[in-house]
Amino acid sequence: MIALDDLDRAILRARVADATESAGAIGRRLGLSQPATWRRLRRLEAAGVLRGERLALDAAALGFGVTVFLGVKLATKGRVSLEDFERAVTAIPEVQMVQHVLGLYDYRLRVVARDIADFERVLRRRIMTLPGVGDVEANVLLSEERRPGPLG
Amino acid sequence: MRLDDADRRLLRQMMADPALGTAELAERAGLTPATAWRRVERLGAAGILKGRHAVVDWRALGWAVEVSMRFTLDKTEPRAFDAFLAAAREVPEVIEIQTFLGRVDVRLSIIARDMGHYQEIYRDRILTLPHIADIEALMLVSTIKDSASLPL
Repeated sequence: MIALDDLDRAILRARVADATESAGAIGRRLGLSQPATWRRLRRLEAAGVLRGERLALDAAALGFGVTVFLGVKLATKGRVSLEDFERAVTAIPEVQMVQHVLGLYDYRLRVVARDIADFERVLRRRIMTLPGVGDVEANVLLSEERRPGPLG
Repeated sequence: MRLDDADRRLLRQMMADPALGTAELAERAGLTPATAWRRVERLGAAGILKGRHAVVDWRALGWAVEVSMRFTLDKTEPRAFDAFLAAAREVPEVIEIQTFLGRVDVRLSIIARDMGHYQEIYRDRILTLPHIADIEALMLVSTIKDSASLPL
C-alpha cells in the first residue's frame, strides 16, 4: 500500500476538484516544480490511487431529468447465476451504475431516464424482465454531492 | 443550447473515455481538433459539460470497506434535513451524500480502513448524527459498472 505525504494529498485533492488542471498549475499553487508534481502524479497513477476520470454532465440539460436508485433483490439465487444477472443489467444503456451489495438488497442500480414515464418504461421492459429479478425498491434522486473524503 | 450530431458524437466519445486529449477526441468524433475544441468550449459555456474529476480508488489507499447507509429522518423536526446534512459533511469518511424522494430520505457512502474502524465510525460519528429515525446499511461487495454515460 502506498504511503502519502501532505503534498500527495494536496495533489489528489486538486485532481479530484479539476482533472483538467495541468501539473504545472497544480505545482505552482503548492510550491512544487512542474517535473516534481508530474512525478508524484505518475506515482499515484502507478499505485492505482488515481483510477481514471469522471465526466460531470448536466443530465437534465441533455434531456435526462430523472435519476432513480433501485435496490434489487434476486428471487432465485443459486438457480440463476449472479453472472447472468450482471451481464444483462450492465448491458442496459439507462443503467449507469451496478453495485453488488450485502444487506437488504443484492444489487444497487443507478438508472437515468428522460422523465417518470420513461423511467416506468425502463423499469417494466428492461429491469423487471432481468433474469432472476425479485423485489425492487425505487428512490428518486433529488440532490447529490461528492465529498473529498479523508484526504486531510 | 441545441445539440447537433457532431455534439452528440463528441459527448459519446467523452463519456466513453473522459481522459481523452483534444486531438484524440477530435479524431474519434470525426472532427478537426480546432472544431472539437470550439465545441467542447461551447458545451462548457452552456453548462452541459460541468467538468472532469479524477476518481480516487480508496481501496488502493487502504480504505478497504465501503458501506452505503440509508437514513430515514424524523420529519416532525422541520430542520431535520439541513441539520443532518450539515453534520454529515463534517465526517471525513463520508464520500458521497444523496437525498431522495421515496422510502429513503438520505444516503451516505462511508469508507473505513477495516471492519473494526467501520464499527468505530458507525458508533461515534454516524449514530450521533441528528434526527435519525431509521438506518439501514448495505455493504459494498464490488462495483460492476460505474459511468456517467447517458444514452444520447
